[in-house]
Amino acid sequence: MPLLKVEELSKSYRQLDGERTVAIEEISFQVEKGKFVSLVGPSGCGKSTLLMCIAGLIPPSAGRVTVKGIEVSGPPPNLVLLFQEYNKSLFAWRSVLGNVLFGLEVKGKRSQQAEEKARHLIGLVGLSGFEKHYPWELSGGMQQRVAIARALAYEPEVLLMDEPFGSVDALTRLELEDALLHLWEDLGTTILFVTHDIEEAIYLSDSICVLGRRPSKVLQRIDVSLSRPRNQLATRADMRFMELRNEIYKQIGEPAH
Amino acid sequence: MRPLKTINLAGLAFFFSLLLLWEISSRSSALQVYFPPVSEVVLSLFRLMLSQELLGHVGKTVKRFLTGYFLSAVLAVGLGIILGYFRLAYAFFEMLIEFLRPMPSVAIIPVAILFLGIGDSMIVAVTVYACTWPILINTIDGVRNIDRTLIHTGRTFGLGQWKILRRIALPAASPYIVTGLRISLAIALILVTTAEMVVGGGGVGYFILDEERSLRTSNMYAGVVLIALLGYGLNQLFLYIERKMMAWHRGAAAEEIV
Amino acid sequence: MKWDRESKLNGLIVFLAVIPVWELISRLELVNPLFFPPMSKILWSLYLLVFSGDIPYQILMSLKRAAMGYFLAAVVFIPLGIAMGLFGWVHRILEVVIEMLRPIPPPAIVPVAILFFGLGDAMKVFVIFFTCAWPMLLNTIDGVRNIDRVLMDTAATFGLSRRRAVTRVILPAASPQIMTGLRISLAITLILVVISEMVGSTDGIGYFILDSQRRFKVDQMYAGMLSLAILGYALNQLFLLFYSSVLAWHKGLTRMER
Repeated sequence: MPLLKVEELSKSYRQLDGERTVAIEEISFQVEKGKFVSLVGPSGCGKSTLLMCIAGLIPPSAGRVTVKGIEVSGPPPNLVLLFQEYNKSLFAWRSVLGNVLFGLEVKGKRSQQAEEKARHLIGLVGLSGFEKHYPWELSGGMQQRVAIARALAYEPEVLLMDEPFGSVDALTRLELEDALLHLWEDLGTTILFVTHDIEEAIYLSDSICVLGRRPSKVLQRIDVSLSRPRNQLATRADMRFMELRNEIYKQIGEPAH
Repeated sequence: MRPLKTINLAGLAFFFSLLLLWEISSRSSALQVYFPPVSEVVLSLFRLMLSQELLGHVGKTVKRFLTGYFLSAVLAVGLGIILGYFRLAYAFFEMLIEFLRPMPSVAIIPVAILFLGIGDSMIVAVTVYACTWPILINTIDGVRNIDRTLIHTGRTFGLGQWKILRRIALPAASPYIVTGLRISLAIALILVTTAEMVVGGGGVGYFILDEERSLRTSNMYAGVVLIALLGYGLNQLFLYIERKMMAWHRGAAAEEIV
Repeated sequence: MKWDRESKLNGLIVFLAVIPVWELISRLELVNPLFFPPMSKILWSLYLLVFSGDIPYQILMSLKRAAMGYFLAAVVFIPLGIAMGLFGWVHRILEVVIEMLRPIPPPAIVPVAILFFGLGDAMKVFVIFFTCAWPMLLNTIDGVRNIDRVLMDTAATFGLSRRRAVTRVILPAASPQIMTGLRISLAITLILVVISEMVGSTDGIGYFILDSQRRFKVDQMYAGMLSLAILGYALNQLFLLFYSSVLAWHKGLTRMER
């Protein structure tokens, strides 16, 4: 049984003038346990809306989402959504350690062990030494890592990530991609990763859902059969990588750069 | 590391020369009643401080002040968070709030006297009423300005409504709340002093008025100095506590300005 | 008809609902009707007092003092603030005196004012004048200091004399901040009029409310408070009107920046 199942999910909004805009229309796909799946589509195609529905933060207009067989009707306890605007989701009044500890506190873990675990996670995301810093003192990439560490501290079975590396510079992005893959391999979390960067999606995932323009539907599901562990140089140079890239570009209808 | 404030010699010189002018002219003229010599005022101040008399008044004023201030803080912050978070609730009360706001809180004093007499409870009540407004308005403002993402973050981590209010809304709105609390500090002192003057019954406000009526003007001025010091001291205390607790915000705010 | 949660009507309904609720509470004697007369009685009192000229007279008395104090303060402290903002030495000399006088809570000044001016208009004007100094000065200084260097240099480039530079460039550029000072002072003025009238006066709306309470003319007291609330609201709206017309350019600018 797939861990996450999205069935005929639709979401539309009523505008101020009474008009209806359809963000996503009858989207269906599944994610197997432990897999890394990406959702790729052009900007503004409703990917964030889709994630919010899956995370139970907004109700869908039609269709349903099930996590481990249980229908989602509010934020599921074993799932966490990492927001695109990570800087707005961090708690400015808590230090890095405080933010990561939050992920543990909400599960009732407040002991010495919890603090050790938090520090361990901070180390895993490469922020050792910054425990006492406050979010405003950190760069964008570092803030993103804090958000990731906080989410992982919660030990969710499913992690939804909304364009987490979108507003980070190119070099940092490559670092973060690899860091994420390491973490994923260590923890075995099921990840649903949203991005508009096709190459990033190919690099990271086991499988990709290609979404079309608004109102989005799933255009195609592509399996990424590249070998793991992935390598920034070797994997991206692989012939199959470029074939996949071109295939996806054709689907979305954008010219290949 | 903040640089030490340079001492304003020119300003101090001007200030002290004014005091000197006061001292000299008051000794020589018949206007002594209006302008008792500065030295006499200072002496009166010390004398009063050492005697139990003024201390008793100060104690009363401070007690009323603290009671009213903290009571209103708890009330107004709690109410403000609810009204700020639940738009529906605020929509219901908005017009009422906007109508009552412009009425000077001191006008409540006669009503309070009716219901509560002329004792401490009346003074505390009017203080609570007056202080509630700035704290309430600022808290509502602060909660309304919380980014939706922060609330969503709380929800995705499985927090219920009540926990979100307590663990996310409250700290996130705290810079605004602190502003309201700071404004109310001055307001509380004003209300307590005024109420004391209107009803009598002890307190520094009453003392100042009483000494004026008895034309013991150096005592009166001493009282004014004392209450100014009291207000100043409370303000500094507040700023100190704020600095400690809101260190996280200063940095963030400073970043935004850049 | 579906209930529109967002409608402003909700606020209006709650606001108007106060009237029947008050009426009921009073007539059912849930609260002592001596202290809590029915709203109908209060509104009737208000009607009578307005048309007998009683309340308008009191309000006029209060407004007279308020206006004198307010405008006197504006005429003195805004130019002073500009001078202090432009000339560092002026600021330095006066700074200490200002910092010494500022912490004095306004009510504490009332007995001093009574000493010098008795219980008449001058006393109230003085209290208002003294207290409005701080918001007017501080905001004006701030406004002038924050004028972009570029603007000052532009004035210089165009060969403007000092006086013209002030009227043509500095005053307009600093006006938003000066307006803030004026707005704060307006609220303060109303409060101070009421305070000074309650402590020492024979007329005015503040005195009227207190006096009504003392004579146990309770519905008159509430009527007075109502008219005070309306007065406060009206002054506020008037100021907003003034602000929009004078500072239309600023409203547009800030809206853009947001």
